[in-house]
Amino acid sequence: MFSSSARRGAAVLLGAAVLTTLSACGAAPDQPAAGTAADGKAKARPVTAASAADLGGMEALVAAAEKEGKLNVIALPPDWANYGEMQKAFQAKYPKIKIAAENPDASSSDEIAAVKTRKGQDRAPDVLDLGIAFARSGAAENLFAPYKVTAWDRIPASQKDADGRWYNDYGGYVSIGCDAAKIPHCPQTFADLLKPEYKGKVALNGNPTKSGSAFGGVYAAALANKGSFADIQPGIDFFGQLRASGNFIPVESTPATVEKGETPISIDWDYLNAGYAEQFKGKGVDWKTVVPADGVYAQYYSQAVNKDAPHPAAARLWMEFLYSAEGQNIWLAGHARPVLLPGMTQDGTADKDAVAKLPQVQGTPSFPASAELDKAKATLAEKWDKALS
Amino acid sequence: MSAPTTPLTTGTAGGTTTPRRRRRGPRTWLAALPLLAFTGLCFGLPLGAIAFGAVTRTDQATGSTQVTGEHLARSLQGPYLGSLTGSVQLSALTALLGAVLGVLVAYAVATSRSTALRSAALTASGVLANFGGVPLAFAFIATAGISGVVTRLADLTGLGWNLYSFTGLTVVYLYFLIPLMVIVTVPALDGLRPQWREAARNNGASTWQFWRHVGLPVLAPSLLGGFVLLFGTAFAAHATAAALVGGSVPLVTLKIADALSGNVLTGQENVALALGLDMILIAGLVMAVHLPLQRRSARWLR
Repeated sequence: MFSSSARRGAAVLLGAAVLTTLSACGAAPDQPAAGTAADGKAKARPVTAASAADLGGMEALVAAAEKEGKLNVIALPPDWANYGEMQKAFQAKYPKIKIAAENPDASSSDEIAAVKTRKGQDRAPDVLDLGIAFARSGAAENLFAPYKVTAWDRIPASQKDADGRWYNDYGGYVSIGCDAAKIPHCPQTFADLLKPEYKGKVALNGNPTKSGSAFGGVYAAALANKGSFADIQPGIDFFGQLRASGNFIPVESTPATVEKGETPISIDWDYLNAGYAEQFKGKGVDWKTVVPADGVYAQYYSQAVNKDAPHPAAARLWMEFLYSAEGQNIWLAGHARPVLLPGMTQDGTADKDAVAKLPQVQGTPSFPASAELDKAKATLAEKWDKALS
Repeated sequence: MSAPTTPLTTGTAGGTTTPRRRRRGPRTWLAALPLLAFTGLCFGLPLGAIAFGAVTRTDQATGSTQVTGEHLARSLQGPYLGSLTGSVQLSALTALLGAVLGVLVAYAVATSRSTALRSAALTASGVLANFGGVPLAFAFIATAGISGVVTRLADLTGLGWNLYSFTGLTVVYLYFLIPLMVIVTVPALDGLRPQWREAARNNGASTWQFWRHVGLPVLAPSLLGGFVLLFGTAFAAHATAAALVGGSVPLVTLKIADALSGNVLTGQENVALALGLDMILIAGLVMAVHLPLQRRSARWLR
């Protein structure tokens, strides 16, 4: 009795599987159709254009993008680095292109997953804002279209892929935010954080094996403690020490925990910390931001165009907008440091007031090489749990 | 994860899983067809997908897929293994504490003559058992966190209290596990007939003897079922722990989230799937212990 019903159950399962496959096949013809539509769109061929010039200049690009009429973006939180304003400004400038923003709080791996799983679909993301590791791995997996924006030459060589498959967009420094209303003497360096007066007060923006900014925090702590880009271990040890002394609290700092005073000292990107200062002014929070002199670490996010973008021209136009003086200044107004900032400060196109509001940093940032980054991540994934428990 | 355990244990708690010995007609299995189809689609397919991902690797450049034991091996090493044992420890401890404390509360509720207390306790349990996740974590942060109200009033920190630790997490989990145990054991305690106790007393049995030889053996499957349900709930919990302890208490659900949806580690998706498979195996093992015992003593609650 049981075995025969089990066999029948298996037959049902098989039937269901066949049905699923059939319906999947039914969906398949959409893919080539979408492809031909993009290919057949004309001589301009936005899908392969590696620069605006390839299409016959900016005007042709705008025309092609307006014809597509839509732009799919993903993982752009409106309250992060002024991305809300960025989308509004683009929308105002190109009213014929509708921005469809999806899952603002998605992570980089969610973005990559969306590119892979929606390949050929109309709702696949057109452009991506990625953590540097994902930009590199995505390029290695051949997921991005090479495209060089007009301002390409002004992006420093260390911050772009030579083929134009990804390039940094904006970033910031690891900073220490501190509620001066609750903490009498705000810590200025990583070494300060070990002082007994900060017991139960120091937080990171998440778990460094998951959150990019927390990872940056550990990297910066490594640099502050005789580590290097190739050696993140001293940073892990530093947080182990903070944990042992009771100074470190594992609560993920968010705007809510900052406002409530649960994370009175928070290691985070300077643009987020600087943003909190403005956000919570007059709410009993006197948030001060300092880039610790002993552990200067900057990290930038990267932009990439989906190779199979359903709206290839709109995607490229969005890139041009981001890397125009207008777009770069919008990030700057969000306390982030746009990648073209050095050049823009020289030619005077940078918004001076916004620049003045950035936390002070000495020198220019340097970046870990791909291999160093991979090694640091492997070490972190291996050692972090043990150091913290 | 907890889903497969649910139908099982609620069945036990209600005492309705009595096996029927009547001979069935040749086509009665047709009635079970929708259930089988549902189970196959909603549990079978995802399970197959997880198992497939856990033992294969797809090369993105060439698109070829190979079978490999590498992900499963990695999921049983280093910090991943630590997270599995951490989860098992936390779940076993909280399930044990929750089961014991929950039964005591349930017994008080079941034997109380006040219907108001009974309905209040059961309603509260129903609400609290489902009050988990980020809201619960923040409620605890606000009351018993570093700058929480109770922490400051009672100087808990001075007493060695730390919410963001294994102990803290245990307390928070008990907050929703005890009510869950109350919900699933009250019906079983109701099924414990007063006549049995009277009969035992008439035969000269002490209270201890009654419980030792009648009460506990009859209740055992329900209690064990409750323990398994609690274990599964604690084992699968993610959001509360994520908001509360981040990476400082190693838990397998947090590790899966790190590997699957993070901004730091790339190319870990298959290890996450392997960890998922490990979790399913552990949950299966726990249930396998429970099933034969349940079958053995379920006949008492017919």
